[in-house]
Amino acid sequence: MVQKHIVEARGIHKHFGPLHVLKGVDLQVDERELVFVIGPSGSGKSTLLRCLNRLEEPSSGSVVVDGIDMLDPKTDINHARQRIGMVFQSFNLYPHMTALGNVTLALRKVAGKSRAEADTLARKALERVGLADRADHTPGQLSGGQQQRVAIARSIALEPRVMLFDEPTSALDPELVGSVLEVMRSLRETGMTMIVVSHEMGFARNAADRVVFMDDGLIVEQGPPAAIFENPAHERTRAFIGQIQRH
Amino acid sequence: MGGWDRFVETFFNAKVMAKYLPDILSGMVVTIELALLIVVTGLGAGLALALLRSLGIRPLNWLIIFIVDLFRSLPPLVIIVLMYFGLPYAGPSPSGFVSTWLSLALVLMAFSEEIFWAGITSIPRGQWEASRSTGLSYGQTLFNVILPQAFRLTIPPLTNRTIAITKGTALGTVVAVTEILGQASSAVSNSYNPSPLMMGAAAYIVLFFPVVVAARWIETKFAWKR
Amino acid sequence: MIQTFFNLDIIVAAWPIVMSGLWNTILLSLIVVPLGLFGGLILALLASIRHPLVRWPLMAWVDFFRAFPPLVLLVLLFAGLPFAGLELGGFACVAIAFFLNTGSYYGEIFRAGIDSVPNGQVEAARSTGLSRMQAMRYVVLPQAVRNVLPDLLSNTLEVVKLTSLGSVVAVPELLYEARQAQSLTYNPTPIVMAAVIYFLILWPLVRLLSRLENRALAGRR
Repeated sequence: MVQKHIVEARGIHKHFGPLHVLKGVDLQVDERELVFVIGPSGSGKSTLLRCLNRLEEPSSGSVVVDGIDMLDPKTDINHARQRIGMVFQSFNLYPHMTALGNVTLALRKVAGKSRAEADTLARKALERVGLADRADHTPGQLSGGQQQRVAIARSIALEPRVMLFDEPTSALDPELVGSVLEVMRSLRETGMTMIVVSHEMGFARNAADRVVFMDDGLIVEQGPPAAIFENPAHERTRAFIGQIQRH
Repeated sequence: MGGWDRFVETFFNAKVMAKYLPDILSGMVVTIELALLIVVTGLGAGLALALLRSLGIRPLNWLIIFIVDLFRSLPPLVIIVLMYFGLPYAGPSPSGFVSTWLSLALVLMAFSEEIFWAGITSIPRGQWEASRSTGLSYGQTLFNVILPQAFRLTIPPLTNRTIAITKGTALGTVVAVTEILGQASSAVSNSYNPSPLMMGAAAYIVLFFPVVVAARWIETKFAWKR
Repeated sequence: MIQTFFNLDIIVAAWPIVMSGLWNTILLSLIVVPLGLFGGLILALLASIRHPLVRWPLMAWVDFFRAFPPLVLLVLLFAGLPFAGLELGGFACVAIAFFLNTGSYYGEIFRAGIDSVPNGQVEAARSTGLSRMQAMRYVVLPQAVRNVLPDLLSNTLEVVKLTSLGSVVAVPELLYEARQAQSLTYNPTPIVMAAVIYFLILWPLVRLLSRLENRALAGRR
């Protein structure tokens, strides 16, 4: 029997005007897998991620997530997105709401929970990211690391089947990175399927099941972290990893 | 009789003032009615246009931009005169009250659309993306995430503009609206005494000064974010 | 419809009158805009003396004229002053009213501009030996004006539009002349002409402003 992938992207192309950003990318992700996507800036990693929940419209190709055809016009995209969590580089918390308000908004408006239900679920989610005591703070009163953890809580409260992380720690001061990675690690232990675009190579090395190296709009190679980091097959991969490790 | 007494006798004549006080008061009622109508309909229409514009339908947006530009370019008095003296040639003859109301509401609509729109577009894309990624629809995102933030930014420019346009109710006097200035002017020509005009001036201060002071307060209160 | 609102014969007949009105509107603007700017600058410079005894009365003065409809001020001068034995004529009344009214608006804008220049600028200037006035003149004001340029332009647009109030006190500017022509011809075409002229002259400024304002509001975050 063929293994059922929870994320199945095939032949993704993306043009921005004259720019050809994705040139036919295939990506399959198994349930409970943590896939790490690395590559130089401008290689199309973030665009690929954003094609998976259709924040970007792929120019061509197909995306199926948890059995739902994301590009089918008949698909209720809002309902589908509820099952795909996304964490952004710049957090994108709603500045006019408290941490709790940030988490409950989609629970109430999309998942249709009552205010009381949403509150309970949101507090649970905030507890999972270690911020139960910050529920009533506004984003402006939180550190960057805390803001990002609230953003993660905003996603996991909806009980997504897949989580997308778009450079979740790039905007953080070095001393705040650890707390966010810690939350990601604990999420991983619950068996969450995760696709992570990031430069945190240490985290990739000891937490990822698979590392995908992208360059110039294509997946150049992929494999277990040890193989990619210690023994890359391609020259470009080797050059990139060499550069990263020199830091 | 000294110069001061004569001055008071002329400009603050108690008898004249007592006689025309009811007129000025009824003028105040008309001014308030007119002002409220202008604010409610003007801001409502401005917000509606800004929301329409956010849908991003090209030809529609060009039309909206043209209408906004038109009513920002034309002096309000010209619009009022055009409506009151010009429109009857084409059939409908709006009263002075209706002409003033519609004209100033259109002007406020134009200015407020511009401000609302600037507020909406100033919210970073990430806010849209975060909200849409959790499954909120376009409309839900607009009303729950974008507009509350946009309103905060737009309140100071909006209050100032609203006050400036609402003061334009005095223009109604040109098309025979019996608001404060209209009442005061006709009282002056009936009594050959400027005291009603002074009362009228006082009436405007009573109405608008608190609003201006409140606007100043709002401006500092909403400026914390900078 | 076209015969009524865009009557060609009437356009031709009214052309000289409307043009002379346009010319007067331009003249009037060239007088009242600098006058308002001048008044505003005085107010802002006075306000930069941060003493409460200066600042509070100034703020009250400014708020007073912001609360006062310009037309009321104009009528007060035009119809009220003769009772005190002072007949100024429409033109002078417009000039005084605009000096007071638009001066207050310009003053607020200049004040915000001066406040927006960091104090370190003054300190740096003073530390090189510039006097208080020199620091204001050469260091603070140029930056202040640049910071509030959109607001200055936007207020100037409003001032030019406000010159149409002159028609109420028989200043023969564009709107006044258009209405004269309308009552002579029993046809609204001259008023439509005036509106079209206002629009054509002010539209470029409005376009420019809406671009600047969009940027300004976005920058406030």
